[in-house]
Amino acid sequence: METTPGTSGQTIAQPAREPSRITVPGNRGVKVVRSCTIRRPAADLYQFWRSLENLVQVIKHPVTITRISDTESHWVVSAPGDKSVEWDAAIINDEPNELIAWRSKEGADIANAGTVRFEPAPGDEGTEVRVQLEYDAPGGKFAALLAKLTGEEPEQQVAETLRRFKALMESGEIPTTEGQSAGGAQAKKRREERLQRQRRIAS
Amino acid sequence: MKAVCWMGKREMEVQEVDDPTILNPGDAIVRITSTAICGSDLHLYNGYMPTMEKGDIMGHEFMGEVVETGPNVKKLKVGDRVVVPFTISCGGCAHCARQQWSLCDNSNPNAWMAEKLMGYSPAGLFGYSHLTGGYAGGQAQYARVPYADHGPLVVENDLSDDKLLFLTDIFPTGYMAAENCDIKPGRTIVAVWGCGPVGQFAIRSAILLGAEKVIAIDSVPERLAMAEAAGAITIEDNEDVLEKLRDLTGGRGPDAAIDAVGMEAHGSAYDHVKQTLKLETDRPYALRQAMRAVRKGGVLSIPGVYGGFLDKVPFGAVFNKGVTIKMGQTHVQRYLKPLLDLIEEGKIDPSFVITHRVPLTRAAEMYETFVEKRDGCIKVVLDPAA
Repeated sequence: METTPGTSGQTIAQPAREPSRITVPGNRGVKVVRSCTIRRPAADLYQFWRSLENLVQVIKHPVTITRISDTESHWVVSAPGDKSVEWDAAIINDEPNELIAWRSKEGADIANAGTVRFEPAPGDEGTEVRVQLEYDAPGGKFAALLAKLTGEEPEQQVAETLRRFKALMESGEIPTTEGQSAGGAQAKKRREERLQRQRRIAS
Repeated sequence: MKAVCWMGKREMEVQEVDDPTILNPGDAIVRITSTAICGSDLHLYNGYMPTMEKGDIMGHEFMGEVVETGPNVKKLKVGDRVVVPFTISCGGCAHCARQQWSLCDNSNPNAWMAEKLMGYSPAGLFGYSHLTGGYAGGQAQYARVPYADHGPLVVENDLSDDKLLFLTDIFPTGYMAAENCDIKPGRTIVAVWGCGPVGQFAIRSAILLGAEKVIAIDSVPERLAMAEAAGAITIEDNEDVLEKLRDLTGGRGPDAAIDAVGMEAHGSAYDHVKQTLKLETDRPYALRQAMRAVRKGGVLSIPGVYGGFLDKVPFGAVFNKGVTIKMGQTHVQRYLKPLLDLIEEGKIDPSFVITHRVPLTRAAEMYETFVEKRDGCIKVVLDPAA
């Protein structure tokens, strides 16, 4: 099914509460669902996520996200051995402060689709954020391949991304010990981490 | 700088390591003026806490002077004298907002690891294994303090380090243990298992909170003497503890029981064998006794650290007696100001617990002295400058 990119406030193609329609073709994907609660208003969380380039801050695995248009972006995920996996993504459903849904476009190295929903949590807990992600899995082996490429399971990557998003939104930073002092066997490794971090900050 | 590094089971080394640097915008760097060895460090020393790595910098009781601040730090400035809580807390999550600082959602960078074991991750802690973040600790000349606006207490008085240092952990830990006992002044009888540093502060806190009677249980004479000096009635644990407690409480049992021993209690060969064989991670001897001894409808308060799985815990005893159990790592930030007030008012002088003061460079041998309870050792303070 062809989908036209939606613009802010304009719902197209699917009703918002029907996640099953936002899926990879043939629904043969690997599905990951993860929730967390963030002590910030939905509007703040939505705004961060809506500027897709922001996501590089919270996705732990090295990734570059380039804006093509208001609803389209180009993703490059690095893999060991100077390899990379690329795709174009389009926002296909956008309900301000409530939901963003996206799907990779034709020609993607990895066909994928996902939604992020923002719903008020009870009392003063903040906002419940629920991410649902599907990856294409040709022959059912794709998840394993992706884990091999990136060294992490998709479930862990989604969980870690949400955790880092929460930390950044609630406390203004993502916790780390990368580059801290250590003795003995770790000293050399830590020093290298620190140099890498400094290089990253410099570039 | 010099730092005490964990190099394996019963292997501590003072090593020359890189000075810490600001890694996150909310960080501060503290030049440490005093630091201590905690009883809970002995669990790491003895190799009973998993996820330690060779080279990890130890220590979570330290204070000093701010020498550098990250760009987001607003409340601290260079030159401030600070006491640093052992709990690392972000200040922005729902648990921090509820003053449940040791349950911070965001401060553990290895949260995934803790989630696998516990379902959800507690806060990051200084120098206390990778399960709780792998943060470099404060038995060193300098430390990096994350979320510097939400932890360190700025001290503006001229009280000595000796009087302030234990605000970082053992005083609040003992105090929270006593507070959890729901003490009614003039009525509540509290029994405390373990007269190590936390037990000593629990005893004094229970008395400050108005406990009618505090009963202290231990096997080490100098620790019992210290408890007695605070006003506690003492029981040696080779006596029939349950019988003695019954006798001292008119047959009712203590209204509240504090287990200030934790995972490495002595007294049970069964647990020693199982723990050595890794069939059990903790030795809950004191806990079992406290569970049986506590009064019906009473409170069991547990400041002693437990890491994993316990065996032969008389759960039926606490269930059928309708006992309330309160426990957890201390919400240190909650207690800093009120306990500083008590020190300033002269209601308590925490330095009573110090038995040894040595240069940081002698830390390795002091771990051994402390673990063997040699030379009357109860609390060791290390001087990073000496």
